[in-house]
Amino acid sequence: MTAALRFDPIRLPSECEQLRKEVRAFLAEEIAAGTFDPHKPNREDTDVPEFSRKVGARGWLGMTWPKKYGGHERSFLERYVVTEEMRVANAPTRRFFVADRQSGPVLLKYAPENIKMDILPRICRGEVCFAIGMSEPNSGSDLFAAKTRATKTDGGYLINGTKIWTSSAHIADYMIAIFRTSPPTKENRRHGLTQFLVKMKQPGIQVNPIGQITGQYEFNEVVFTDFFVPDDHVLGEIDGAWKQATSELAYERSGPERFLETYYVLTELVRAVGTNPDTRSAEGIGRLVAQVHTMRRMSVSVAGMLQAGKEPVVEASIVKDIGTVWEQQLPHRVRDLAAFVEETATNRETLEKQLDFAIKTAPKLTIQGGTTEVLRGIIARGLGLR
Amino acid sequence: MAESENIVAETAEKIFADLADAQTINRDNKGEWKAPLWQALTDAGLPLSWVDEDCGGSGASLAEGFSVLSAAGRFAIAVPLAETMLAGWLLAQAKITSPDGEMTVVPASPKDRMTVNADGSLSGKARSVPFAKAAKHFAVLASDAKGGVSIALVDATKGRIETGLNLGGDNSDTVTLDKVQPVTIKPAPKGFDQTRLMLMGGVARSLQIAGALESMLEISVRYSNERIAFEKKISKFQAVQHNLARLAGESAAALAAATSAADAIANATSFNDEVFLEAVAAKIRCAEAAEKGGAIAHQVHGAIGFTNEHILHRYSLRALAWRDDFGSESYWAVELGKLVCNRGADELWPLVASR
Ligand SMILES: Cc1cc2nc3c(=O)[nH]c(=O)nc-3n(C[C@H](O)[C@H](O)[C@H](O)COP(=O)(O)OP(=O)(O)OC[C@H]3O[C@@H](n4cnc5c(N)ncnc54)[C@H](O)[C@@H]3O)c2cc1C
Repeated sequence: MTAALRFDPIRLPSECEQLRKEVRAFLAEEIAAGTFDPHKPNREDTDVPEFSRKVGARGWLGMTWPKKYGGHERSFLERYVVTEEMRVANAPTRRFFVADRQSGPVLLKYAPENIKMDILPRICRGEVCFAIGMSEPNSGSDLFAAKTRATKTDGGYLINGTKIWTSSAHIADYMIAIFRTSPPTKENRRHGLTQFLVKMKQPGIQVNPIGQITGQYEFNEVVFTDFFVPDDHVLGEIDGAWKQATSELAYERSGPERFLETYYVLTELVRAVGTNPDTRSAEGIGRLVAQVHTMRRMSVSVAGMLQAGKEPVVEASIVKDIGTVWEQQLPHRVRDLAAFVEETATNRETLEKQLDFAIKTAPKLTIQGGTTEVLRGIIARGLGLR
Repeated sequence: MAESENIVAETAEKIFADLADAQTINRDNKGEWKAPLWQALTDAGLPLSWVDEDCGGSGASLAEGFSVLSAAGRFAIAVPLAETMLAGWLLAQAKITSPDGEMTVVPASPKDRMTVNADGSLSGKARSVPFAKAAKHFAVLASDAKGGVSIALVDATKGRIETGLNLGGDNSDTVTLDKVQPVTIKPAPKGFDQTRLMLMGGVARSLQIAGALESMLEISVRYSNERIAFEKKISKFQAVQHNLARLAGESAAALAAATSAADAIANATSFNDEVFLEAVAAKIRCAEAAEKGGAIAHQVHGAIGFTNEHILHRYSLRALAWRDDFGSESYWAVELGKLVCNRGADELWPLVASR
């Protein structure tokens, strides 16, 4: 049981240090060129196609994938470094991030060869955007309640139904979605779902934007009406998507993006407090830094497990659970401390704007990618309680 | 973890399991189990793990010693093993040979200072010194009027000791040295100071806290699978499962922070800001985990865990007590916050991402 709780102190190898320097230099150049503003997490322009292509050209997409699909056969730890540097700089990663983290690995595992040869190199070049079609109006945490139907027809399937909360569906080229191909069985209510590759921007798909309380448009409702998917777009086993979807979630749960989404408010607080903090500010900052350091060491450790070919499902869930709870609390703790920032502090205004946005962002952090409650259920299973 | 670290830690673990398991300690409330345990630990060379063989120790690596402390934490044993190891390590910094028997380090708080007088004697008052009462010798870090730092071996009978007990019921005593002539005194190596001693002690305590949390998780999971309420095992209630998942998170965070810090110190070539971050972050995070995790472990155990007879308090109260040694989490948080602010906002991420 305690075996699940080993977080070995992985140290990033020297090639990561070199890479980190390259990524930082690249990001500094892009910031200088005005591609994005690191002090504006609340940008309307998070979708920046040229930025994606530049990141692809650097070889930082599909980093761990085989060369024959345009990948770079580098380590998970190297990928880790790129992800965390992008995240900390508030870089506009929306267009490529899901494909790189999640959809690409799914295609690598389950797509037929012709599809892999077609799509994976384009992901690596930063040319395609993916969305994830799991949730439905009556199926969120309970993924297996999904009802959107895929009915067999000549040469493929007809899709009817609605996906919801689909991030980036409005800009996506593809979606990897689960659809119901048969009813659940008595013995297995997870049975009957199949994973499909969906080409977006086709007749039969309507994408309706849904506004968020942050003022951003990130997720959407996606309505399918007699939408045709060809046979070779079936990913993996018919009716067996539940196994695939749950292992896919491990990628979604272990990365640095799961504790760094509101990190920028901590940097801005330090800037506003200045070099000579009062005791309360110092203590507050010290505690927050100790937390972020620990989260990161855990997350690096999980990257090391992935590199070693393990499937750290419970460890990843622990990192996501405490990581998202932490990134949700962070803006509120920074707000506590912001009360002591001098009126004259040079970046007081930036700090306040960022706090405003981070506090609005916070509620979603423990929901996206699986709620706290669902994660704790997975951890409990890992502890042998269910 | 290297092979050899495992062997040293396994030896320790086997001794604890044989001589300091829950039943042994619960049966013997007079504390008679302590002498055979200490003897076995001494025979295995564990108290002087960090002392080179030519200075009378067993010359284990820092990493090996740290894994012994993890094991000691998992058993929450109450003999001055960590303290003697730290004392031996401190003395070894100045190439002072360690004597036999129990030792502890003075001071054990960053707020207390010991001074070297002009005649080479030592003075000062140190509070909350763990196991001072049990110690035959003290390893003392002291500074003189010119700011020079010395390390000294002191015969414990030469000091005045006021007995105190910490939350876990272990000795945590006030030691007063009044112009005491040390057995040996030598200058500390260049750059060695009290902060370094405190951080080394803090990492030792972090590993012990993390170990205690691992055990709290284990016994809490076990208990939840045994206790029946409303006609089912309480482990089947979702609220209980979620509490245990949170305990697992706290335990995992403590373990990750403590082992990372131990690894950083064991491999440090210089004592820089990055090592400082590792060590203080471990103490801060483990202390927070002790508070949150301990509360959950007690919650899961219900009233039984609140009794003297039950083993839980052995872990929970010691984990809480260990938070105070070698600087509490709030003390170190202030120091870390100052360091971070001094370096400036743009240096924060590079510091965090340094390893
Ligand atoms: C910003 C954002 C982006 C998202 N992007 C995507 C996306 O791209 N693609 C996609 O498919 N989905 C996406 N989602 C959806 C997300 O995966 C779901 O919101 C999530 O799985 C929860 O489902 P729900 O919203 O239906 O809530 P519900 O499942 O209705 O849950 C409501 C509450 O009940 C609790 N609950 C439900 N079941 C249980 C149970 N068995 N035990 C205990 N508690 C339970 C939940 O934990 C939660 O607190 C996104 C969500 C957000 C917030």
